[in-house]
Amino acid sequence: MLRFILTRVSLVIPTFIGITLLAFFLIRLVPGDPIETLAGERGIDPARHEQLRKEYGFDKPVLVQYGIYLGRVLQGDLGKSMITQEPVLSEFSALFPATIELALCAILFALLIGLPAGILAAIRRNSIFDHGVMGISLTGYSMPIFWWGLILILVFSVQLDLTPVSGRIDVLYYIEPVTGFLLIDTLLSDEEGAFWSAVKHLILPTIVLGTVPLAVIARMTRSAMLEVLGEDYIRTAKAKGLSRFRVVALHALRNALIPVVTVIGLQIGVLFTGAILTETIFSWPGVGKWLIDAIFRRDYPVLQGGALLLGVVVMGVNLLVDLTYGLINPRIRHNR
Amino acid sequence: MKKSALFAAICVPAFLAAAPLAAKTLVYCSEGSPENFYPGVNTTGTSFDASEQIYNRIVEFERGGTKVNPSLAEKWDVSADGTVYTFHLRKNVKWHSNKNFKPTRNMNADDIVFMFERQWKEDNPYFKVTSPNHSYFSDMGMPKLLKSVEKVDDSTVRVTLNQPEAPFLANLAMMWASVQSKEYADAMLKAGTPEKIDQEPIGTGPFSLVQYQKDAIIRYKAFPEYWAGKAKLDDLVFSITPDASVRWAKLQKGECHVMPYPNPADLEAMKKDTNVQILEQPGLNIGYLAYQTTKKPFDDVRVRKAFNMAMNKKAIVDAVFLGSGVPAKNPIPPSMWSYNDSVKEDEYNPDAAKKLLAEAGYPNGLETDLWAMPVQRPYNPNARRIAELMQADLAKIGVKAEIKSFEWGEYRKRAQAGEHQMAQLGWTGDNGDPDNFLHTLLGCASAQSASGSNIAKWCYKPFDDLVTKAKVTTDQAERTKLYEQAQVIFKEQAPWFTVAHAVQLKPVRKEVVDFKLSPFGRHTFYGVDLKGK
Repeated sequence: MLRFILTRVSLVIPTFIGITLLAFFLIRLVPGDPIETLAGERGIDPARHEQLRKEYGFDKPVLVQYGIYLGRVLQGDLGKSMITQEPVLSEFSALFPATIELALCAILFALLIGLPAGILAAIRRNSIFDHGVMGISLTGYSMPIFWWGLILILVFSVQLDLTPVSGRIDVLYYIEPVTGFLLIDTLLSDEEGAFWSAVKHLILPTIVLGTVPLAVIARMTRSAMLEVLGEDYIRTAKAKGLSRFRVVALHALRNALIPVVTVIGLQIGVLFTGAILTETIFSWPGVGKWLIDAIFRRDYPVLQGGALLLGVVVMGVNLLVDLTYGLINPRIRHNR
Repeated sequence: MKKSALFAAICVPAFLAAAPLAAKTLVYCSEGSPENFYPGVNTTGTSFDASEQIYNRIVEFERGGTKVNPSLAEKWDVSADGTVYTFHLRKNVKWHSNKNFKPTRNMNADDIVFMFERQWKEDNPYFKVTSPNHSYFSDMGMPKLLKSVEKVDDSTVRVTLNQPEAPFLANLAMMWASVQSKEYADAMLKAGTPEKIDQEPIGTGPFSLVQYQKDAIIRYKAFPEYWAGKAKLDDLVFSITPDASVRWAKLQKGECHVMPYPNPADLEAMKKDTNVQILEQPGLNIGYLAYQTTKKPFDDVRVRKAFNMAMNKKAIVDAVFLGSGVPAKNPIPPSMWSYNDSVKEDEYNPDAAKKLLAEAGYPNGLETDLWAMPVQRPYNPNARRIAELMQADLAKIGVKAEIKSFEWGEYRKRAQAGEHQMAQLGWTGDNGDPDNFLHTLLGCASAQSASGSNIAKWCYKPFDDLVTKAKVTTDQAERTKLYEQAQVIFKEQAPWFTVAHAVQLKPVRKEVVDFKLSPFGRHTFYGVDLKGK
């Protein structure tokens, strides 16, 4: 087990360098000068422009800049945002909890509906229910997120008045961030009703962000289940006279889960980084929106640091997923 | 396991729970996060709006207008030659306080001097804090204009200029001249966290900052000791909502009271909503197509005139602005003093244009480029579409115009360097003074500078003499005459095809009382009230 973890972690190093390289050079390939952007519409006089280039180190050759950057990163210094002058790490840690909160809710939503739907569809193969689930999941998978979000807002918020339009909590509540997770912070605070307000604000974004993973999980579960249900050991279990529930829940599902867990792992990565549209529609103050703004403003330190931090998180999640396989299926425990 | 059960529990739909009753709270659905709370280095309306509530300036624009009113200075004297301004400061102006800092004194001359020196003197310890690029201070020509700024006593400041400058007071009413506390600055410098004064600001304004969460919320509280009297609102909240359709959904539901920048497509629905009114005001702006007047063929006034006659302005404005713009004939907007309405517009006449072009030596037409900005601006909602319409009109007189575009930063830089033949651009006024359009955008100084805003590179002495003279004349009646003449010359010489002045539209809920549109596009909430609360 330990050896497996060590091997995996050592693989992280080249990936880590790869991310820094990509983040560093890709943004420099995009046309646009960060100092011009910083100066805004008005432009900047050439002397001051030159002075700022020097101060930010942009006058040095790109490779030298990269070396300096990498050196700082290894010392834990991700730099400061060129726009706000706040350290990248502190901006990230202020915004990331919002992204995690939403991503976790979305993946839970996807699991709670996707798994049972996939299982049932597999058991009742070719039934109306099966076709229904597959049809809906295909629709969900191909749904344009922006359109889907706006439709939900128009129907549930504006017409039916069931949910708030956007944001994380009603503006009337004043919650001082402690953990950054609003569901926890509202419980810690003594503001009555704040928790429910936070929950209500989560509903629509959770559905919008969870739609694609839900569709993927449902389809994946169904096909994995179908494969397993045809195996000999299932026939044996049935022949032993086990109840249908035991056959499906214990014997089939456990084996079918392996590919599903892989997909979930990959989807979590997608959720962290792919929440950009959802965050924009629902004015959700997470890292997706932050990175998009950084691209438009050519805020190099934020982009580089943000991509790096997100990369590390995604790598961590994938490592966890790999470890989970062993729990589900003893045949692939890693200490063998 | 436990954790996931908790999350599962909280992610299921819940129903309405009673929200606490608050005092008078106005919610403004702003469009983005401010860069920081130091207007001296900001250039975006988003950042200015966030700071506007917190700070005061020596003088300020009247709410909803361009007239300059006393603010931190109660009154001022100007020397006969127009170079020495003595400001008499208001007494008993209190500063806000926050968790890091409790002020021990009222606002005084030190704070005013600090405002200037922070942006002016490179050896000021705050010069580089947050950013050394004090855009507006430089743009308004302050480094060259200021000779000295002295504290005479605690409530008197004397500013001496190198030459008279008529728009000087209007310039001081701009956001860059917002006054910060010198005492707070000194304390934060001592604590080793100078940037705090721009992140956790303290001002003398009507609202103090309570909380700022990036991309989520800015929360203000009415400052009870505000020198002009406490605001009618108790709390002010900026609910940051980047998407225009979502802002509109929130306004409909009453989740916010005022929203900026509506989608033109939503305007119809907004007009039908009985809870909402749309405030309207012609903006202080101009969208134009500049001819590069130092390059062939646009060094010939006949070619420029021919082009002006070849393009159907009304059709362009109707098609692109959808009712949110008026065709422009002068380089300054009609709401600005000295606007010369007697100037005759070039009529749309392709035949005459063709003839004039032949006279100028191009009987078979010519080839040129036509630059379209890659972004939407307040003065131009769709530059690409405008370029296509212009291209079609020009084709009728035998002109082949190739549409070009670059990344926005690159676009401005290249246009300022004069690399184009024809380029679209525009301007939103800073201080309500015609000088800010006529001298800044069309003067010789700006044409000759590599970073100047005169992208027509048009330097025409009779025009430049007029606007330069108006700049140093203090009598407004005389200045009006000079600017009126300048507009006549502008029209004759045609360095631009003036396109439109965009109209500012602001959807506001009906319970909002006395919200005034600012010609500068600012959102000011002092003086605003809520009905029925």
